[in-house]
Amino acid sequence: MDLPERVKTAREQGLVGCTRCTRPSPAGTPHCPRCGSRLQSRDAMSLQKVWAWWLVGLGCYIPANVYPMLETRTLVGTQSDTIVGGAVDLARHGNWGVAMIILVASVLIPVGKFVVLAGLAIGVRHGPQISEAWRHRLYEVVEYIGRWSMIDVFVVAILSALVQLQALATITPGRASLFFALSVIFTMLSAQSFDSRLIWDSAKGARPARNPKERIA
Amino acid sequence: MHHAPDDLDNLIVCPTCDLVYRAPAVAARERAYCARCHTVLIAPRRKAGKQLIALALTVLILIAAATVFPFLAIGAGGVRHEASVLDTAFAFSGLLSVLAVAVLLFIVIIPALRLILLIYVLAPIIRDRPPAPRAKAAFRLSEALVPWSMAEIFALGCAVALVKLSDLAEVFFGPAAWLFAALVVIVVASDRLMCRYSIWTSLKE
Repeated sequence: MDLPERVKTAREQGLVGCTRCTRPSPAGTPHCPRCGSRLQSRDAMSLQKVWAWWLVGLGCYIPANVYPMLETRTLVGTQSDTIVGGAVDLARHGNWGVAMIILVASVLIPVGKFVVLAGLAIGVRHGPQISEAWRHRLYEVVEYIGRWSMIDVFVVAILSALVQLQALATITPGRASLFFALSVIFTMLSAQSFDSRLIWDSAKGARPARNPKERIA
Repeated sequence: MHHAPDDLDNLIVCPTCDLVYRAPAVAARERAYCARCHTVLIAPRRKAGKQLIALALTVLILIAAATVFPFLAIGAGGVRHEASVLDTAFAFSGLLSVLAVAVLLFIVIIPALRLILLIYVLAPIIRDRPPAPRAKAAFRLSEALVPWSMAEIFALGCAVALVKLSDLAEVFFGPAAWLFAALVVIVVASDRLMCRYSIWTSLKE
């Protein structure tokens, strides 16, 4: 990148950058002249919104684990499986691989998202414990991975639509699928509400890369 | 520090970390990254507009086909059952019928709407015509829909369902199954082709 002598943030230069189209405008401009998006140097409500969505998301994640995700009716009988219960069952039948995948995708990743989002929000308010670059990396991962959690809900839908073999076997979705979907949507909204520029405004004020030219790959 | 208004058009602010740069000239197939947070700022491709429209049209057709044709079928003990995307959405009934709406939104309506908006925005640009009316609003909406467009996630969900079922029953691929494989590849490819900076600057007028 072609860098000016000293790299500064838009805010330090009395500008506000558009997060959609990257055009700078003088501070106080309400709408971006290039793309028409609303401009804000930093989203003052960012953390409140993050926490609000985070809480509802967590509130939905609990019933998502308590209620059954799937109900399987076979000739032998009816079986209701929660997320963890289903994975344990698979492991007991020797299906360790699939059990691990389910546990990682439906338990480890959602819980990790809650922890990381909370950590990022706390870091902005109370001073971070880890470097900007690391927090930024964590934020990118959470932003990227968020929507993929919906795969669980889709799998439940596909299984329920497909396994309709009359008396032989039927699968119906359980109540947990709704709570799980809501939890994914709310954590996505929480991650989207986080203004990533706050990561880089450390307590000492925005600090530009020390030798930006050396970092150009 | 003061900038003349036309000077501002030549600056670029990293949307992720707020650093200001003078927008560099980036050759096709090159990428400009933010030196601090490594966000891709500019990534132009030659003929990207035409290719994006072609890919968007392809995905639209794939989504339409996958919605009505069955993509998977299972059989056990002489009974056979198959499912299309519509069947999948309506697997949720009663209390859960909100999810039927959500599934249709995430894997059919939102992806389709987003692609139609993208084609609407790009079509005049590639013919060097002035932007379509309300093109900026259309592209803004199209961009806002990106995280909620989950067709490729559903496609991968099919693979997971397949693995889960393979022990229990015989699984057959329906006519729409290969569509999903193509869908994942194309969605990833068009994501790499898309240079938002280039599109916004060509909508400037």
